[in-house]
Amino acid sequence: MQKSTVSKALKSGAIWGFILLELIFFSIAGEHLSLSDTAFMDGENMLLLLKQSAPIGIIAMGMTIVMVNGNIDLSVGATFAIAAIVLLDSMTWPIFAGLGDGVIPVAWLLALTVGTLLGALNGLIVWKTGVDAFIVTLGSMLGYRGIVFMFNGENPTSHLNWTLVDFAEAEFLGFATATWFLLGVTLVMWFVMARTVHGRNAYAIGDNREAAVNAGIRVGPHMMINFAIIGFLAALSAVVFYSEAGSVNPNDGQLYELWVITAVVLGGTKITGGAGNVIGTFGGVIAIQLLRKGLGHIGADTSTVNLAVGLILIAVLFLDKQLNLKGKEELKV
Amino acid sequence: MAAMNRKDLGEFLAKQGILVAFAVFMIAFTMANQKFISIDNVFSVVRSSAILGIMAVGVTFVVISGNLDLSVGSMMSFSTIVVLDLHDKVGPALAIPLMFLMTLCLGAFIGFLVGYLRLNSLIVTLGMLSAIHGLTLTYSGGQNMDIADKEGTWFSVFGQGTALGIPVPILMFLAVAAFLGLVLARTPFGRKVYAVGGNGTAATFSGIRRARTVFTCYLISSGCVATAGLIQASRSLGSQNTVGQGLELEVLAAVILGGASLLGGSGTIFKTVIGVLILGFIQNGLLLMGLQFYVQFVVTWIIIILAVWLDIAAKRGKLWSSIA
Repeated sequence: MQKSTVSKALKSGAIWGFILLELIFFSIAGEHLSLSDTAFMDGENMLLLLKQSAPIGIIAMGMTIVMVNGNIDLSVGATFAIAAIVLLDSMTWPIFAGLGDGVIPVAWLLALTVGTLLGALNGLIVWKTGVDAFIVTLGSMLGYRGIVFMFNGENPTSHLNWTLVDFAEAEFLGFATATWFLLGVTLVMWFVMARTVHGRNAYAIGDNREAAVNAGIRVGPHMMINFAIIGFLAALSAVVFYSEAGSVNPNDGQLYELWVITAVVLGGTKITGGAGNVIGTFGGVIAIQLLRKGLGHIGADTSTVNLAVGLILIAVLFLDKQLNLKGKEELKV
Repeated sequence: MAAMNRKDLGEFLAKQGILVAFAVFMIAFTMANQKFISIDNVFSVVRSSAILGIMAVGVTFVVISGNLDLSVGSMMSFSTIVVLDLHDKVGPALAIPLMFLMTLCLGAFIGFLVGYLRLNSLIVTLGMLSAIHGLTLTYSGGQNMDIADKEGTWFSVFGQGTALGIPVPILMFLAVAAFLGLVLARTPFGRKVYAVGGNGTAATFSGIRRARTVFTCYLISSGCVATAGLIQASRSLGSQNTVGQGLELEVLAAVILGGASLLGGSGTIFKTVIGVLILGFIQNGLLLMGLQFYVQFVVTWIIIILAVWLDIAAKRGKLWSSIA
């Protein structure tokens, strides 16, 4: 009993311990290795880090509920790109020409709707055909990417609306707009997962689908809602990011699914479903971003970041396994 | 009687549906464009499918053993870059075995983690995708890799040569598929792969060493990746660091299209090869019809889901799932 509490605390706290370790390491290493004069723990640097975490972080919150639910979504990167194109392209449509800056909420709404629908389509296919979510979203990752290219071929889609850029670059109480969205989404998803029936059901289904069915939970619609949520969040992430960037390449968002899944798994969500929470995911997102920034700070290049993220992911998995093994009879092979 | 026939048809489609689909495709495309079935075109399609195909054959072992391998794309970039670099440093005759050795070491590492330490293969290979990409960039310093003397090397034979009138990549693809197909279908090891993937616990209790079997599957997969990297390097004699990026998912798509279950325990090399060819011919057929390359993404999406859906629908005897 005592032991399991200890291991539980160790596991839920592990990601924060890891973040602390990163902060200490990069602060000390930064003093000796960094070329820049500012300290790593500099306030502005940390605020920038939060802002840069937003695109991956917002999607990761959706991935958390989908993975707790026992599914996975590989198509988020493509959904992200479609939503970005819809956002930027729709602002130039002639039918909205008379709206002036009133086009902004319309474009946002369109992009978010498209994202939600694409997510729901994944969910509907998973529900009605019974094909594994991994395969369904692997397919739609390709299909949605194809749709991205249909908009504008291999050319980028660009549109700068300065009102929108001002909004995206604004700061409120020190936090950038993107940061506020990340924090807001984290809070809402925390509430949904920890305090609502829908959230409880997500854990129940991920833990034991058959038992959940027997308990009267309608698994199909439930999963579809979760896919709609992640589609919505992928679109929201795109909307927040491209309001500022103003130009989207058809290849944008590629490999996002991998970064998102890495963050979610680092944050302690089980790939088999039934366990995990958004606070842990938030930690995972921050940990990865810290690593990227920290390694950059001490002069390492992207190759080291890739190497480190990959090996850390495997190490976390290994440690998690060791902690879970304790006290369990494991089949010796 | 009619119900009986329908059941038979369902069973037939479940077992051979992929072949039927392949035949339908070939006929439809040929009717749309006579050039489609010409020897030249068929050779060019199979040749460009060879790299994907050889990797898919290796991944089939991993998938049948009940695991996934998402690292093959970045591993292929690694072997391509390594062999190109070593080519100029130690000569092709030594570069090729060295590159195989290094790639097999990566495969062995993954096999150790998934087989012996029993870590989740999706996450391990996801991590390795990133780590190997980092390794490749560190190795090359982020630069493109080129062979200095492109005319005077026999190294180009694997990607550009022909033997008996057939392009060498096709021959290598056929050789790898035939050899590993026999290993999977006709050897005790092949049996063990199916047993481990079908029911790992039962396999363990019947004396099969699960860990060693899984380990070997990853070794085979990395060996295939090295072969694919060799062809890729030899074909272009120069390469970017990201040459294999995204291939892991195309490979998986081909394997799934071939009917291998991601749960493990089912699939064959022959069907994987058919899956690879379907993807290749669809891509080619759509291009011949004058459509843009990205149309194939959408078509592939629909085909993958339809293929898997019909497969499981035939197995459960109902079109729609029973999820409430």
